[in-house]
Amino acid sequence: MEGEPGAFKVRLTKKPKYILEDKCTGCTTCVENCPVTYPDVFNQRISRNKAIHIYFPQAIPLVAYIDESCLYLKEKKCRICAAVCKNGAIDFNQRPRKKEINVGAIILAPGMETFDPQPGSEYHYKEFANVITSLDFERLLSSTGPFQGETLRPSDGKHPEKIAWIQCVGSRRILPGANTYCSAVCCTYTQKQVILTKDHSPEAECTVFHNDIRAYGKDFERYFEKAEGLPGVRFIRSFVSVEKENPENGNITLRYATADEGVKEEEFEMVVLSVGLNAPSDSRTIAAKFGIELESHGFCMSDPLNPVKTSRPGIFISGAFQGPVDIPESVFGASGAGSLAGELLNSRRGGLSKTRAYPPERDVCGEAPRIGVFVCHCGANIGRIVNVPSVVDYALSLPNVVYAREQLFSCATNSAREISDLVKEKGLNRVVVAACSPRTLEPLFRDTLREAGINQYFFEMANIREHCSWVHSKEKEKATRKAKDIVRMSVARAGLLEPLREYDLPVDKSALVVGGGIAGMSCALSIANQGHDVYLLEKDRELGGMARKLHYTLEGLDVQACVSDLIQKVHRHQRVHVYTEAQITDAKGYVGNFTTTAKSARGPVQIRHGATVIAIGADLHRPTEYLYGQDPRVLTQLELEQKIAQSDPGVLQCRGLAMIQCVGCRQKDRNYCSRICCGNAVKNALKFRQMNPQADIYIFFRDMRTYGFKEDYYREAAAKDIKFIRYEPAEKPVIEAATEEGRPVLRISAPDPVLGVNLALDVDLVALSAAVIPSAQTAEIAGLFKVSLSPDGFFKEAHVKLRPVDFGTDGVYLCGAAHYPKFIRETVSQACGAAGRVLALLSNDTVVASGSVCEVQEDRCIACGACISVCSYGAIEFKTTPKGRKATVNPVLCKGDGLCNTKCATNAIQLKHFTDEELLNEIDAVLISG
Amino acid sequence: MCSGRIDASFVLRAFSKGADGVFIGACHLGECNYMTHGNFQTLSMVSLFKKIMEFVGINPERLKMAFMSGSEAGVYTESVNDFTGKVKTLGALGSSEGLGEDELKSRLEAVERFIPYIKLVKKDKLALRLDEEEQYDRLFTKEEVEALFKEAVTYRIDPEKCRACMICLRKCPVGAIAGGKNLTHTIDQDACIKCGTCFEACPPRFGAIEKISGETLPPPFPENPGNKREVRNGQDASGQL
Repeated sequence: MEGEPGAFKVRLTKKPKYILEDKCTGCTTCVENCPVTYPDVFNQRISRNKAIHIYFPQAIPLVAYIDESCLYLKEKKCRICAAVCKNGAIDFNQRPRKKEINVGAIILAPGMETFDPQPGSEYHYKEFANVITSLDFERLLSSTGPFQGETLRPSDGKHPEKIAWIQCVGSRRILPGANTYCSAVCCTYTQKQVILTKDHSPEAECTVFHNDIRAYGKDFERYFEKAEGLPGVRFIRSFVSVEKENPENGNITLRYATADEGVKEEEFEMVVLSVGLNAPSDSRTIAAKFGIELESHGFCMSDPLNPVKTSRPGIFISGAFQGPVDIPESVFGASGAGSLAGELLNSRRGGLSKTRAYPPERDVCGEAPRIGVFVCHCGANIGRIVNVPSVVDYALSLPNVVYAREQLFSCATNSAREISDLVKEKGLNRVVVAACSPRTLEPLFRDTLREAGINQYFFEMANIREHCSWVHSKEKEKATRKAKDIVRMSVARAGLLEPLREYDLPVDKSALVVGGGIAGMSCALSIANQGHDVYLLEKDRELGGMARKLHYTLEGLDVQACVSDLIQKVHRHQRVHVYTEAQITDAKGYVGNFTTTAKSARGPVQIRHGATVIAIGADLHRPTEYLYGQDPRVLTQLELEQKIAQSDPGVLQCRGLAMIQCVGCRQKDRNYCSRICCGNAVKNALKFRQMNPQADIYIFFRDMRTYGFKEDYYREAAAKDIKFIRYEPAEKPVIEAATEEGRPVLRISAPDPVLGVNLALDVDLVALSAAVIPSAQTAEIAGLFKVSLSPDGFFKEAHVKLRPVDFGTDGVYLCGAAHYPKFIRETVSQACGAAGRVLALLSNDTVVASGSVCEVQEDRCIACGACISVCSYGAIEFKTTPKGRKATVNPVLCKGDGLCNTKCATNAIQLKHFTDEELLNEIDAVLISG
Repeated sequence: MCSGRIDASFVLRAFSKGADGVFIGACHLGECNYMTHGNFQTLSMVSLFKKIMEFVGINPERLKMAFMSGSEAGVYTESVNDFTGKVKTLGALGSSEGLGEDELKSRLEAVERFIPYIKLVKKDKLALRLDEEEQYDRLFTKEEVEALFKEAVTYRIDPEKCRACMICLRKCPVGAIAGGKNLTHTIDQDACIKCGTCFEACPPRFGAIEKISGETLPPPFPENPGNKREVRNGQDASGQL
């Protein structure tokens, strides 16, 4: 790789797949016929696969490839795959291809690897058959795994009923070969595995040996409680060693210690090692090639403020290359990297895109249905089980069918053209393709219909592969009968299909960002840098939000300098329009077309915008416990940070400082972890220690949740004589004002679970790690923009893992602590992620709304409101008509789930493309015996 | 389209057209990829429908809802095989319940006529979203369903009071009111969905529409329906001697 931002030149070598990707249809006939089996790498080598195979069932592209175990590649023998492939997709002449590409920006997403517990190590992995890693276990649990979701022991294929998990394997250790950091994901994935194990086998006994449960993510605390509360599940806080394997039954003995019972040994039928995450093994090579720096653990060194920026401009990272992260962080980081690349390449946006031209659509309204049926052989996939010619004959006997034929591969380019030509030639106005799942190919065939000049909703797909030939391979005649049934149903529905219009809605090219903290400002800047006007609303007099009260981060970032730099950039940016002291009074509209009215320091304002970002941050719980507000020596962490930053004499002269974690959260009324407090406590403790080397520092904690690289600072703190004392929620520390040798002190009493004694410690200052709570404005903003809230009162994203910055409401996005408490770097990454999603919308001139939406037949509507009550998208409302109040659907907001249809007593509301009539006709058709 | 789109009338249609069992496969509860969570709605429809089946003397086990994800082929085949096996042991719909073809037909038709009414009077309950699957079993009770059918309202137009003003006729959402200008209106009881729109619409000064509770004509089902074969008038209910 060489060059500079905006003009990189990258030389690639593409290894041969020995498959012509454009010809392979993913039918897997070759896989069945391949004679070579070898351990399946994707399934952790537990089961076997073929030399020609698809890597895993959801692979993209869904095509086969041939690996080095192939007989032909090794010995020039076999070539069976080439003989059975009816589409001629096998090409043994492929050689590695060198390619040079010119790109403007580079995103590195090499991911991570799991820690490998080497054989011979303390865990006896691969020595004792029933010691497996969590990734092995993950595959065992999976329905696409080696035993189709059956959990079987490697040693004897029996169902293990007593399973132990060992946490922190390869993580949080200072031994050679292991990692010092916390891998950040293992606590929760283990809980998931426990829950799934209990789902598979309710009798199973599951024991998790851990050292702190780090349930720091959104909803993780509840998830942990769910796992812990299951019958037969134990979470034991103890180091543990793998002692021996029982030669008779293969069981494994573990030795561990508990506070009550001391050291003990216990036998388990299977032991799962919760392995941590490593940097990619080739990270050094990657770094050298791209000229980027790595941090000390071998992950990518990222910008102190923005974790998706590398040390080299124009090169960004996505996912766990920045260090161990969970799925939501990976997803919004990915979107953020996209947005930063967009900032760099904005002037060239759309330069390579082409628009397709379609012929004008033929109006077929007056015509009777003329259905064409195309039955696909899918190579041998359907054809060798289902008698395709007889299905074709049968289709011709069905009402409204005027044409039917078979095709070898309906999805091949020439077949699609054939369909399009025949539609014109035979005057077809409905098309049924009997082939595979509509999931992959429906868009292709709809496009074929558009090419043929008829409405794309006149297409219907009959799945005779996944629903028929693949599952009835041993019953050819019955399978053929079933294929006919399926085709009959599709034909019945097709006859009633109606042409539908998709809506092209203009997109207003500007964005509104609500909240002027780090999240809002970072997001606004990234959007504005891509050429869009941004209206930034801040409720306070000045920008900056919560960060104005922060001074430094655990990693040493000067927060005030960053914030003033951001504020300057925002104020100087021509496209960012700042409104302070803003209060939103009204918000209307939908994706691409919002109108928001607000009062602000600049007077009343009405803003039209295409996208909305909610970045209103969070508030801090004001403690009522631990003498806070009664004794001035009891502070919050934020107040302590202020004192440290000001070198307050109280800090310098302090003889003892105690911190108490989890104040106001991880409890019944606020059942979540505030995520940032453990890191913050360590941060302040270390800073305090630096200024005052003599003071006693105590941190009372429940679980230290210094996830990821923050673990290193936790270790540093322990090494610097900062004492960590665990407490149980039932026995919280008690603080009282006391006098010791004539000096006023705060006395903290608490039991020490390790020493088994009651402590009484005298300190001068107490800092409370108060919970981060949803902003006071949350409910109001949620109401205005019609978005929903999670049980804990933070904003609820569209999908916790897959869409962490989107709302279910289109065109509205989310970032920062409004989503959930998070550190500054995480906030910036999510803010860029939200900007990326905003750009995906604003870079289009129009948004297309599906034609398959609900519609109200007003004559039948009795305004009972049943439909409105079940619409999750607020798409239905009442309007006044000359005939009275009637429900009406906003087609832009409707997502076509159809719940409202089932609630309507008069069938007044109907989901187009899935109407009662269409579906009932299909039901009738299947029940006429063929 | 979501499993929540499955209407009670679809299930009923399948039984009416001769299906011996109806299987509904839906996503796992609480795992909606969107924010719809429509499978909870399906579940409440299914739990109500099962109670109705029980009430009209059809074995509720003929209707089954199972939860699975797209990747759980094993769960799907197992659920379907279990269910088809179950339906085979139950035997053909109607005869196994001791219901003759005509009797079954008339009962199913009666249910069909009631579906709109049920949706109306149970609309709040049907829209509820409960936390646990088990709660849905208790959502509707046998007594409730019985009351639903037995105490259903009927609307009638008093020909003496009707002024043939066309107001109710125009407002009826299903076109069940016959008549015309100066022609006294009448309600076609077969088409009427008991929504009460006419009752609300009739000008108070006429008050021509009567709302009668619990006197449906004719009473839809004999007393004490059940899954057992019943003998009436020397014949069993399937009509055989």
